[in-house]
Amino acid sequence: MRTLSARSVLLGLAAPLGALLFAVLVCALILIVSGHSPVTAVDSLLTSASRPRTTVNSINSAIGYYLAAVAVAIGFRMKLFNIGVDGQYRLAAMLSAALAGAAFMESLPSFLRVTMTVVAAMLVGAVWAGIAALLKVTRGVSEVITTIMLNAIATNLVAYLLNPDRLAEAVPGSNNISTRPITEGGQVPGIAIPGSTSALFGLVFLAVAVGVGYWFLFGRTRLGFEIKATGLSESAAVASGVSVKKMVLLSMLLSGAVAGLIGLPQLLGSSHSYALDFPPGLGFIGIAVALLGRNHPIGMAFAALLWGFLDNSSTSLDIAGVPREIVLIMQGVIVLSVVVAYELVRRYRVRAEQRDVGRALAIQKSPEEVSV
Amino acid sequence: MSGGLAVGQQTAPAARRSRLSPMTYALIALGALLVLSAVRVITGAGDLTSTGSVQAALTAAVPIAMAALAGLWAERAGVINIGLEGMMVLGTFGAGYAGYQWGPWAGVVFGLLLGVLGGLLHAVATVTFGVDHIISGVAINLLAPGAALFLSKQFFADAAGGGQKQSPRIQDAEKVSVPGLPDLLGSIEDKRWFFVSDLAGILRGLTTQVSLLTVLAAVLIAGSAFVLWKTPLGLRLRSCGEAPVAAESLGVNVYKYKYLAVTASGAFAGLGGAILAVTSGQFRDGQTGGRGFIGLAAMIFGNWRPGGLATGAGLFGYTDALALRGSLAVHALLLLLAIALVVVAVWQYREGAPVLSAVSAAIGVLFAWWYFTSDGIPPELVGAAPYVVTILVLALASQRLRAPRAVGEVYRRGEGK
Repeated sequence: MRTLSARSVLLGLAAPLGALLFAVLVCALILIVSGHSPVTAVDSLLTSASRPRTTVNSINSAIGYYLAAVAVAIGFRMKLFNIGVDGQYRLAAMLSAALAGAAFMESLPSFLRVTMTVVAAMLVGAVWAGIAALLKVTRGVSEVITTIMLNAIATNLVAYLLNPDRLAEAVPGSNNISTRPITEGGQVPGIAIPGSTSALFGLVFLAVAVGVGYWFLFGRTRLGFEIKATGLSESAAVASGVSVKKMVLLSMLLSGAVAGLIGLPQLLGSSHSYALDFPPGLGFIGIAVALLGRNHPIGMAFAALLWGFLDNSSTSLDIAGVPREIVLIMQGVIVLSVVVAYELVRRYRVRAEQRDVGRALAIQKSPEEVSV
Repeated sequence: MSGGLAVGQQTAPAARRSRLSPMTYALIALGALLVLSAVRVITGAGDLTSTGSVQAALTAAVPIAMAALAGLWAERAGVINIGLEGMMVLGTFGAGYAGYQWGPWAGVVFGLLLGVLGGLLHAVATVTFGVDHIISGVAINLLAPGAALFLSKQFFADAAGGGQKQSPRIQDAEKVSVPGLPDLLGSIEDKRWFFVSDLAGILRGLTTQVSLLTVLAAVLIAGSAFVLWKTPLGLRLRSCGEAPVAAESLGVNVYKYKYLAVTASGAFAGLGGAILAVTSGQFRDGQTGGRGFIGLAAMIFGNWRPGGLATGAGLFGYTDALALRGSLAVHALLLLLAIALVVVAVWQYREGAPVLSAVSAAIGVLFAWWYFTSDGIPPELVGAAPYVVTILVLALASQRLRAPRAVGEVYRRGEGK
């Protein structure tokens, strides 16, 4: 067990809280300069937060963000940057939506349909991430570059497949295009919340399960230990018999599989089809949330909730006359300042430890030794 | 990438021969042009070498080239900059803001300055605070579009001709032609002769109605090549990207050069965004559409060298332009790609890499098969071409690519090992 001293707890909290405070200050300043009242903004955000509907919507958004963060964090644990979570998510959501909506699925029992959709999404995500992993272990190509490229290719591929001639159909009464709607047997019913018109996504349990699985993998299994060890010191891991190539492949596939899940809560819970307006960019939000939550299963949950709350209450800002884009600025500032804050805290901690060691050694020495 | 895992990385072998001579490059270009004209004749896709295509390619290539140049400056000093996209967005807003009020050149300057701000932010995070370069870049990519949208609402919503997500119209920059040449080349182009007309078409595209912004971009690429490779400043800057600790021991102020490089990087990215906004007539939300990332791809394609990145940007701009000019030209691209892959296969075989050679040949045959069994490519897939090409280059020719040795590493003064 790690011992928790008051100092380490304080230092651990100092960075995220300090970054939040800094971001709030920066945004308040921007609002004042641009002629808006920060008080009105905070007031409307808080009023909106107290509505049950906003709370439910925030949690619903947070489910996707949390899954995205876990996908990113699996890579982060071994210094792999899976920038491609976004592409993996979109491709997986689109293809699994097409599968779940397909006509032949309608005769199958509901449980089987949902399971097949989930498995398909995980497979697609893993395959798309696997391309980057394969190029990394066979050709040494940086996964940052390949996943950026694969994101763009996924965008084009989704645009190609989401076409009335292929996997999609036009939505009646609009110029939107979507995959065939998933009928009731393939959906996951939401959980009704009193006082709110929108229901909590049923797949919230999937996110919890993924969180627990993530904790178990890195806290209790050999594979998780080896992934972490590789991330901390590649040469030490190699020396103790870890096959780094295998670890890269496994963690990238795992990360991609989780990335494949990101779109499912919304897909099976409320939208029931993949359309042109399916939210993009969740993979990048995942990076932000994983950073803010420090790859910790509970930390990321809090960060995801914060993100979900900011996104869903921002509409109330427009009503109050404050441009809601201030929330985007705030999120960006949070990410940037939280990583700076972690670095500053790390440096402070190193110095404090060195000081402690120095003090402990000085006490042990007798006065004669010191005078010599 | 030195910041991440070293697994699978291959160190480029020491150069066995001196760099290719200008003559060799000229021969390669000549060969490529011959292939291009042959494909034009075989497929009948006149757009492959028409003046209009070349002009459109040039316009599309310039913002990509500026983003690539921005990447070059940062990475040569050892800082990875995937915040290029965000800095370009800042540039587009700057151009929209100043452009509609005081003309295109004010827009260009203002976009550049906003890019500098983005670059400074990246420099503060990565150099002063030692934040991981990728993370800082991602954060800038989140921050910049939000900021641009906020500012656009603030300044353009009430302006005449503007909206919440777009600026009023900007006047385009002046265009120049080489006097006398267009008519002569035009008459040759119309003859449809093999090779000669193709050459004339391309030359006419490069000399007719060229925007001064394009000229500026060409000057900047050549200037960067000169500054980075022929001056003491450039040598020191590149030393920070290869071996910062060694540079430090020789008295180079590594922080200073990294700041300089990343700020310049922001300036070029901002300029790229500004040129994009000015040539398309206004600022629009989401206008950059991943060009920062394509720029990064062009830089890698060009092996971290100015001439190479210009070639990469030109190629990617060319695919962009063809995609807009009908399915016949795009279909011909498949055949071009197949031929290029077969050339790569032959070259790989001679380099002593039979496996890679077989892989490239197989992919080449696949593309050829696709060409002969279809009569067009869906337009949605054409947009993926630059990215697919980059992945193919990375996968098939990575033994010839060499990134700056210390790129991505966090450097702290006095903590060298």
